Amino acid sequence: MGEKVFMQGNQAMAESAIRAGCKLFFGYPITPSSEVPEYYAKAMKDRPEENIMFVQAETEVAAFNMVAGAVSTGHRAMTATAGPGFDLGQEAMSFMSAADLPAVVVEVQRPGPGDGEILAAQGDYFSAVKGGGHGDYNNLVLAPYSVQEMCELMQESFELAEKYCNPVVLLTDATLAKMRESVVIPDYKELPKPEDITNSLTGKKGREAHKVATCGDGAVQWEEFNLRLQAKYKRIAENEVRYEAKNMDDADIILVAYGSMARVCESAMKMAREEGIKVGMIRPISLWPFPDVAFEGITGKKFLVVELSAGQMVQDVKLAVENKRDVTFFGKLGGTTPSPKVVLEQIKKLV
Amino acid sequence: MKTIYEKPQVFTDAITTYCGGCGHGIVGKLIAELIDELKLQENGILVWPIGCSCLSDRYYDMDNFMALHGRAPASATGIKRADPSKFVLCYQGDGDMVSEGMAEIMHAAIRSEKFSVIFINNAIYGMTGGQMAPTTMLGQVASTAPYGRETLNSGYPVQMAELMATMPGVVYSERVTVTSPANVAKCKKALKKAFELQLEGKGLSFVEVLSPCPTGWKMAATKSLDYIDEVLTQVYPLGVKKDASKEEN
Ligand SMILES: Cc1ncc(C[n+]2csc(CCOP(=O)(O)OP(=O)(O)O)c2C)c(N)n1
Ligand code: SF4
Repeated sequence: MGEKVFMQGNQAMAESAIRAGCKLFFGYPITPSSEVPEYYAKAMKDRPEENIMFVQAETEVAAFNMVAGAVSTGHRAMTATAGPGFDLGQEAMSFMSAADLPAVVVEVQRPGPGDGEILAAQGDYFSAVKGGGHGDYNNLVLAPYSVQEMCELMQESFELAEKYCNPVVLLTDATLAKMRESVVIPDYKELPKPEDITNSLTGKKGREAHKVATCGDGAVQWEEFNLRLQAKYKRIAENEVRYEAKNMDDADIILVAYGSMARVCESAMKMAREEGIKVGMIRPISLWPFPDVAFEGITGKKFLVVELSAGQMVQDVKLAVENKRDVTFFGKLGGTTPSPKVVLEQIKKLV
Repeated sequence: MKTIYEKPQVFTDAITTYCGGCGHGIVGKLIAELIDELKLQENGILVWPIGCSCLSDRYYDMDNFMALHGRAPASATGIKRADPSKFVLCYQGDGDMVSEGMAEIMHAAIRSEKFSVIFINNAIYGMTGGQMAPTTMLGQVASTAPYGRETLNSGYPVQMAELMATMPGVVYSERVTVTSPANVAKCKKALKKAFELQLEGKGLSFVEVLSPCPTGWKMAATKSLDYIDEVLTQVYPLGVKKDASKEEN
């Protein structure tokens, strides 16, 4: 096991990435994600034996395309950003998914739209989960809710990206990024060799040439290309669903929340139970693929979806439940997070 | 029988999609010859742009990365930083480099990335049907400048080789063309210099090639060559703009 420390979310996540063998970081500073590039910049100088490379890119457009180039060589690489920067990376996200590139992108959500604010929010669910860029593609999206889980999912992100040859988005928010918790930092990982990564560009010595290419050549070829991609997304959807369900058996009301909002909902659930209201909770961890299976066969119960948005994930919940009239939404905009008491009031309205 | 010329070994049997009289094909062949001569096939990664050369991965039997429009220098940065032992070539057209990707090429130069850049300046967007580029000449007709480019609306042609020469991170910058056998030989020499500087681990090496686009210019192939020699070179003079290869760095 790795060592137990008291650490900020962003920094713990960066350390976890380094231990996952991600020695290459390309990024452009934006609050609330900047501690990640800062951590890499310092580690590059302080830990020369680890061969860490940090490049401050001119834009997120460049940063995402640098990551694309770096991971194409079979080395682990990543970037970290917030909503406005993630927008700029969308063309590259579409490209990397089409080109089978195993990039890892951390998206620390803050409230938009526009320049927005630098507090916590969950308004980038659509842009991360629904693709955001052009064409039919999917990102694998993972949403941790504690510093410990951020560290663990960070490690898994690289493995999943390589397993499926697809970008993975680690979707966090300002609260998780900035808070300090005690956390067990994972140990250093044994890494696959660059030559062993599918289709890696390592020079064609001793093998056929490899190429990273997403240029179509007529409708027939391009349909085939797309169908191959769809088969990849299907494999991911079938195998990588993650969620946590609590107190479901006797529950009359089921809270649905992810990320930092799920922490608040957990407290609200406890408070409700102390008052005798039977509340359960579903916490999606993989947002794509969405855990439809968690909602399967549940009837006669009410769902309360709570998000720091005007209602984004709630659409996926409605698609997953048997009867969408059972679904109620409560959201908060602008950067404040509702307290457990406020959520409890919402629960009581459903009783 | 004595063989006096052979197809470069790195070339595949694929036939290029270039129009007759296009400069891309000439430069493409010089690249192939140099890959053979400098033995770069097994240790090189070619990074291509979006533009008429975007099917080049089919022509070279080596590892290829087909970048997004304008982003080749960023992806080449990622590749070279991940694996500095590789020879990395970044190839771009003028729409790709000077319009969509101006930030990426400038910052690759600012950071003194250790790869070679070939810039095909044909003063027009070839692939998409002859629209105006930042390098289009004043008065030159393009489909988005149907009465000729004018400064009031579209500003001035950009001189990339000179611009790159002002950057401390650029070790070599030259402008060449391919309008005659002598010019083709000079082009090859410039490319070879740029490749060798990379192999020596020096900063970014840059070669701009004034390249005919008879289709985009709506001009006969031979006329296109005259147009380069007589008109384009007035705004884009040929020659070495910077050679810091002898300086200590
Ligand atoms: C983001 C984006 N915008 C626009 C295009 C369309 N597009 C493809 S190639 C090109 C210009 C090509 O011109 P140039 O770089 O000069 O290369 P040439 O074809 O002349 O060799 C454009 C505008 C694109 N592929 N991607
Ligand atoms: S359009 Fe111009 S640049 Fe493109 S292949 Fe034809 S001649 Fe070459």
